[in-house]
Amino acid sequence: MREVLHRILRERLLLLGLGLLLFLALLSALAPLIVDTSLAEIGSSRPRRPPGGAHPLGTDTQGRDVFASLLLAVPQTMKIGLLAGLIGLGVGGLLGLLAGWFRGLTDAVIRTAADVMMTIPAIAVLVLVATSVRTMTVTLMAVIVAGLSWMIPTRAVRAQVLSLRERSWVDVARLNGVGGFELVMREILPNLAPYLAASFVIAVAGAMLATVGLEALGLGPQNELTLGMMIYWAQYSGAILRGMWWWWVPPVVALALIFVGLLAASTGMDRLVNSRLRAEG
Amino acid sequence: MLPYLLRRIGMAALVVFVAVSVNFMIPRLMPGDAVEQQLSAISAAGGQVGDIQAAAAALRERYGLDRPLLTQYLDYLGHAARLDLGVSIAHYPERVAEGVLASLPWTIGLLGTATLISFVVGTMLGGMLAWPGAPRALKVVALPLVVLSAVPYFMLGVVLLAIFGLAWPVLPVAGGFPFGHVPQADLQTTGLILYHAILPAASIVLASLGTWAVAMRGMLVGVLGEDHIMLAEAKGLSPRRIFFAYGMRNALLPQLTQLALKLGLLVSGAILVEVIFAYPGIGYRLYLAIGQKDLFVIQGIVLLLSISIALVMLLLDLLYPLIDPRVTTRQA
Repeated sequence: MREVLHRILRERLLLLGLGLLLFLALLSALAPLIVDTSLAEIGSSRPRRPPGGAHPLGTDTQGRDVFASLLLAVPQTMKIGLLAGLIGLGVGGLLGLLAGWFRGLTDAVIRTAADVMMTIPAIAVLVLVATSVRTMTVTLMAVIVAGLSWMIPTRAVRAQVLSLRERSWVDVARLNGVGGFELVMREILPNLAPYLAASFVIAVAGAMLATVGLEALGLGPQNELTLGMMIYWAQYSGAILRGMWWWWVPPVVALALIFVGLLAASTGMDRLVNSRLRAEG
Repeated sequence: MLPYLLRRIGMAALVVFVAVSVNFMIPRLMPGDAVEQQLSAISAAGGQVGDIQAAAAALRERYGLDRPLLTQYLDYLGHAARLDLGVSIAHYPERVAEGVLASLPWTIGLLGTATLISFVVGTMLGGMLAWPGAPRALKVVALPLVVLSAVPYFMLGVVLLAIFGLAWPVLPVAGGFPFGHVPQADLQTTGLILYHAILPAASIVLASLGTWAVAMRGMLVGVLGEDHIMLAEAKGLSPRRIFFAYGMRNALLPQLTQLALKLGLLVSGAILVEVIFAYPGIGYRLYLAIGQKDLFVIQGIVLLLSISIALVMLLLDLLYPLIDPRVTTRQA
């Protein structure tokens, strides 16, 4: 256990990514202490104010304080990513486990389904679902996006289970009379942990990318604050060409930081998992 | 060879079938009368509905809501096979297929060129990064590109638009050609089209270069450690030849697979770039249709996107055995 921890601490890229994400999460968790959150409501301030004085990042055309909005939007955006990633990981992990363990027909069906769904561009299906929904909320958004984030975990877990089930310690357990469900829970699942962690980060990043895409098309939660919706409203109101940089730059920077954090975390995670692989030979 | 071909073609057919079925089912799974919901939503939004009675009749006939579901489904399949995607609600009686097909060349031109540039340049960059004698300056160039590859294309587009459209206005920031200019098949129009494509294309290229470079570098480092490279060295071949003919060539194969796998993501990303630059392609049309709640146009674009991606992937799959004969004998 200590050795694992040590190895995680050595992977600087992973720490950098997770640190960045944690910092953003903490900052927004402390939002009520930093800023008066009621300033993020429509009409709470004079509209179109450049940064300065009471508004460190100015206000938008609807009289919302951009700094307060930003701090409230970060956790909402992260919530969509994490929730969708969790659902995707749960469903995908289970399907991958089933496919890899039972093989044969089960595997063929699950693998084909995952391959087909990976070919159809996610944005296309998401657009269709999102247009058919009457009112979009942050939670609903996460569920919809999750519907298309199970394929990568499925494939990753399936490949690992296929390889793990042939290992000698699994044979030993099998010869000792451990069977079926118990064997999977005790011998396979613990060894999947690093792969599950790696595909979780990938699933979260994919879900966030899909979410931001839907939001940019105007299909996001219209009545809630997320980073993607801030960019959408800014673009919708022509903030970019009107020179209201203080409105669109903060959410773009925040989103970019989140995505860079996720990339660093997933690259680091990948290295960690693969160095483990090499060590095991 | 034949089983491989059949499997690939079967897969593509399955993808198209699922895409068509999803397109059919999702709007029907939603509660309420779709037609009334559509028309009331449009009139509430103050949209131009034209002749409401005619539009409603066209819609109901299109949905065939009085007939059994199976008949509706078979009808839908038939219509889709003939590319009959119905009529636009917001611009009744414009046919969906016409409008969508008219914007297709813009998207193919922009996305195809940008992807090609970024794939070739990114792959070469990644190859050079794996080259032991690579200059240090290369790494300095590569790092920001790798960081940019984490960010959605359209966000980079927003930044480029602000820089080159506002802070230092040198490039056109909207449309595919100047407003009011009648496009003709001459050199001037071509030049103007290219001029307008610079910023959207640059967003896609800059934001995706890093992905290809990282993938290629990783692949090449692995290939350079293999036995056949050592054999080539032992034979006394020049380092240049070993690097290009033995290293790059073998690392290119998985890189092509990556291209096929990322196709969906590339298209999704490029569509959003069109929205930012009001580029007259599929993506911008989709954005407008969503704003007008023009369901048939949305469905038509979704269907067209899924089918064209399936076809391009099939094409890549069919090209693959020409480059690497092993794939036809390998089990999937």
